[in-house]
Parts: sequence; structure tokens; C-alpha cells
Amino acid sequence: MEKFTAFQSQMVVIPRDNIDTDQIIPARFLKTISKVGLGDQLFCDWRYGADGKPKPDFVLNKPESKSRQVLLAGDNFGCGSSREHAPWALTQYGFRAVISTSFADIFKNNSLKNSLLPIVVAPDVHAELLKNPDAPVQVDLASQALTLASGRKVEFPVDSFAKHCLLEGIDELGYILQQELAIAAFEAAHPVGIDTRA
Amino acid sequence: MKPRTIIEKIWDNHVVAERADAPTLLFVDLHLVHEVTSPQAFDGLRARGLKVRRPDLTIATTDHSTPTTPRGLPIVDKIAAAQVEKLIQNCKDFGIHCYPLGSDKQGIVHVIGPELGMTQPGVTLVCGDSHTATHGALGALAFGIGTSEVEHVLATQCLLQKRSKTYQVRVDGTLKPGVSAKDIILALIARIGIGGGTGCVFEYCGSAIRSLSMEERMTVCNMSIEAGARAGLVAPDDTTYQYVSGREYAPKGAAWDQAVARWRQLPTDDGATYDKSITIDASALEPMITFGTNPGMGIPIRGVVPNPSDITDPLERDSLARALVYMDLPAGKPLLGHPVNVVFIGSCTNSRISDLRTAASVLKGRKVHPGVRVLVVPGSQQVKEQAQAEGLDQIFRDAGADWREAGCSMCIAMNGDQLQPGEYSVSTSNRNFEGRQGQGGRTFLASPMTAAASAIAGKVSDVRELL
Repeated sequence: MEKFTAFQSQMVVIPRDNIDTDQIIPARFLKTISKVGLGDQLFCDWRYGADGKPKPDFVLNKPESKSRQVLLAGDNFGCGSSREHAPWALTQYGFRAVISTSFADIFKNNSLKNSLLPIVVAPDVHAELLKNPDAPVQVDLASQALTLASGRKVEFPVDSFAKHCLLEGIDELGYILQQELAIAAFEAAHPVGIDTRA
Repeated sequence: MKPRTIIEKIWDNHVVAERADAPTLLFVDLHLVHEVTSPQAFDGLRARGLKVRRPDLTIATTDHSTPTTPRGLPIVDKIAAAQVEKLIQNCKDFGIHCYPLGSDKQGIVHVIGPELGMTQPGVTLVCGDSHTATHGALGALAFGIGTSEVEHVLATQCLLQKRSKTYQVRVDGTLKPGVSAKDIILALIARIGIGGGTGCVFEYCGSAIRSLSMEERMTVCNMSIEAGARAGLVAPDDTTYQYVSGREYAPKGAAWDQAVARWRQLPTDDGATYDKSITIDASALEPMITFGTNPGMGIPIRGVVPNPSDITDPLERDSLARALVYMDLPAGKPLLGHPVNVVFIGSCTNSRISDLRTAASVLKGRKVHPGVRVLVVPGSQQVKEQAQAEGLDQIFRDAGADWREAGCSMCIAMNGDQLQPGEYSVSTSNRNFEGRQGQGGRTFLASPMTAAASAIAGKVSDVRELL
């Protein structure tokens, strides 16, 4: 994993509550056995018409959106399925952070494992961001600070372990593998009753 | 010792390591694997040269992208066929037991776990699927995970997890005729919203929950995620033990007695407290149906579709307005009587034998309305066999419904079973998101009874008129 560094970007705004993972990446694209190639299918059914052509009025199809790294969305972003294809599609499009007033649990976990930062802000901060959609924001994970165009600086919560992993580019599996002794000790003390292969 | 909830007890029993600077390392007793969320995880193992640590605690099946047409036919969709093949190959390479297409035990992962007796009280259970909470019905702590976490569990049998908040959902009273477990959970989600349980694990309790059969409890637990909760469970009782007893992987003989003694320690202690709680009066519930594009947009079957202009929050108002545009429904009008094109009876929510019996009891001696396509998709091949032994398949066929092979089918529409743009379904599945059952399709979520009644009438119907 690459180290997560501070950055500044304008936002892509999709001002809708409860954006579910079926919208982020529809299920028909989950037949892939690869992690890559999902960026073009991000928000597919909102982004493309029945003829497969981009809908010019959808925000991701606007030329200025191409280089933007922050998505601003409504409450409870990422609800629904556990598909990690959702953060894969978002990062492959180019997003590095999503700002909302809340995130669904599984989506948040999946995002943090893919260098996509879920930033939770208070409703008043969210409202200010919505009013200035084209203004740039600064994201600094190390200080857990989101700086708005007005200069207003707000702190956002992030799990300290996830933060450490993101900043250092560490993946969690490496960490868990280092716990081999504890895992082996647990297994020895807790024999499990079933053998699925029997 | 401080009184604990069942959620805390199961958690405490599975802590491998706890450090101040990291989440808890939690042991996983059973890992269920399917074709959609696992290929990238197996690739990850290969890239690191890792093995599956505990193939004895891992089980696989194909369900999501698999056809429900007669077995033995090739999978027409080449991409789906490759994904199914990949799972079989991965299981072979890593020594995991798999129930592939053609196996008499294949089925939806959340149907076969309990059915085989693999899901047991007190265990931790995970799967790369958000409906894993289904297994909570047996008193297991079961939750959905992403593909990175699937890789973690394959490699280490452990997960890094933070403790969730506990949320008591108490349902007391007696359900009226025509009202079912599905209506309890749809009513809960309508009440607390689809983010109402975020960060929480539900414990369902109360006299109405105790009265439910094990399969009905699975229906309730299954949709915990639709209220945002990663897991939901019911403390085990005699109904649970009776269900598990004698199943293929259930403990036998002396081991059974020891297991039951252990399981009897699991229920929440008197005096234990929850972070949140809610009480629902089961006797006041009506059959529920959703009208919108998330499972929280539900109303009683005789209720009216809400009006966006009654909502003050702009984003909330907008999401309701958008939902009504997508569903092409007027505000302020009842849903009852709205024409439907398709009825789907199936999914990990409602595809078990008791669901099929209920649907068949409504359809028996009646005909599906001309022009309505009805798919009945059993949750597993074992459910299918049982249904056929009872003659339920004949009841469905005689009524004009399509009797299929086991799989997720039109719940997620990855396998060719799908709505056409603009079509309306009454569906016993769990999600009514835009396009969930096919691009442009429109879903009304409801119980098997409501679905069967709507199939007969060709429109959204109140099953109580047929009882």
C-alpha cells in the first residue's frame, strides 16, 4: 500500500443521502475475478444512459470532475452490500477521500484497507461544503484536519490503528501475521468442534 | 462479574489478542466463502505465498452468479462461468471443501450453513456477504466482511475488529394472522431507518421473537444490515437446540450434551445493559411493504406513500422525491392495488422450506394472474428436495409459477434472473435499491404471503383477504 499523504483538491458533489453500494458499483460488474478496471463502472447507472453513452448532466461526466480527488456525498454513504468493489471503483476513478455525515460500517472498513479515507463531518460543516462545491479542501490525515475553502479547519475522527496503517502504507494482514504466537495459543486452548471437510 | 449481554459473551470468548494501539484480534470459528467476493482474496494469498490456515473451518459454495435453470446445462454467461470455475479451482488449490453447482448440498451460503448444522450457537462466523447476520438466528455472532478481510481470515482465521455497540430490539406480543417475521424486520427498519443500527449489533428478544421458529428468526436477523447493523442475533433456546440437533455437522452423543450445557450459558445475564434499545409491539403490526429505493422506505400494506413536501430536511426530502420518481409512484396514494409484473419468492431472507410452505398455502388451488411472471427459487438443493417431497413444486407449477434450482437469483440479478427496465416486482428479498433486481427494475419488498397474494391478484395485495 502507498503511504497516504496530505493533499488539496476540489470536490465532486453527489448531494444524496443513503448512496448504496449497488449504485456505487452495480452487482452485474461483480462477476469479475480482478480488482482492477472498475473505475469506468463507478456509478454506472447514474453515469451512462441506456445507450451506454455518458449522461452529460451527471457530475462525474463533467470535464472538471476528472482530476478531483474528493467526493462529497449525503448521509450514510456506502450502505448495503459488503462488496469491496465499491472502494476499488472509487479509488480507480481517482478518489482519495469521501466526505459525509456518516458511513456504513462495512464500507468504512473496506475503504480504510484501500487507502480511501472516509471523512465524517458535522452537519453544519457538511452544509458549508455543499454551499461551495467548487472550492478546494485540504485533507491532512496526520493531523486529522479538513480545511475548508473559508479557512475553517475541522478535525475528523479516524481509528488510530487505521490511521497508522494508512500513513505508513502498512497493510493489516502483515500485522495480523505477526500475531502468530497468540493465534496458535488461542487455537490450542480452544479446540473447535467441527471439521467442514469431514 | 459484571452482567454481560450475549454479544459481549461471544466476543469475550473469541479474543485472541488485545493491545492498546490496535483493534482486538478476534478468532473466527467458521468462514463461509462464495464465488463473488473471494477470487481477489485467494490471489492475495498466492501473491504472498500463504496457505489457508484453517481449511477445516472454511466452507464454500456457489450461489450469487449461478443460474437457476436446470443443472447440467452450461453457464451461458462466460464471465460468470469463469468466476464459478475460479472458486472451484481455488478450493482445490487451497484444500477447502466446496459444494459446487450440481452438488445436492449447494445453495445460498446463508441457507446451507444452518441447514448443515455448521452454524452453531456461540460461534463467530463471517462471510464476504452483508447478509451473514442471518446466522445470528442461532445465537452466533455473524457478520459480513469485505474481500480484504476474507483474505485475512483465510490466512490467519482472525480479524481485527472494534467492539460494536449493543442494541436491544425487544419485540413483544402476538403477531396477527397474515403478519410474519418479514413484517417485524421491515417494520423495525422503517422505524429506525437504514442507518439506525450503524455501529451496533442487534439482540432481538421478547415474547414475539421467542415464538418464532428458527427459520423465521433467520428472516429477522438476515435484514439487520438493512438497518445498518453488521450483526443481529437471538439468544439460543430450546427452539434453537431442537433445530440444530441431528444435523450433519451438529455435535453428537456426549459432545451434544456438553455443547448444550455450554450454549445455555450464552443468553444475556439479568441486569446486563445495552447501549441502545427499542421496543416493538408485535400485535400492532400489519403486513409491511416497501414503496421506495431503500429498505427503510416501508409502510403498512394499507398505508399511503409519504409525501416529500412533508419532510423538512432538504437531502431527506430530495431522496424521497427521487425514490418516487424512480419508482414512478404518486405521493399520498396507497400502494395497494398497484400492478406488478414479476413476483420473486426466494433469497437468503425467504427461501427456506417454511417460506415455501407459506407461499404454497396461499397459492394452492389458485392461479397466478395472467401476465405476471412468478419465480420460486429454493434457497438450497436440500430445500428444493424437501419441497418436492411435499409436493410444493406441483402447487407452484399448477398455479403457473416457475420452479427453479437453488441460488440468489433475482435478489441480486447477477445470474440472468432479472427485471426488465420499468417492471415492478413484489419480492421476498432484502433490497429494493435502484436497479438491484435488474437495471431500471422497481422492487416492492414484502413477505412470502404478501408476494403470493400479489401474484394471484396481479397487483399489490393484502393477503388477509385470502385467509
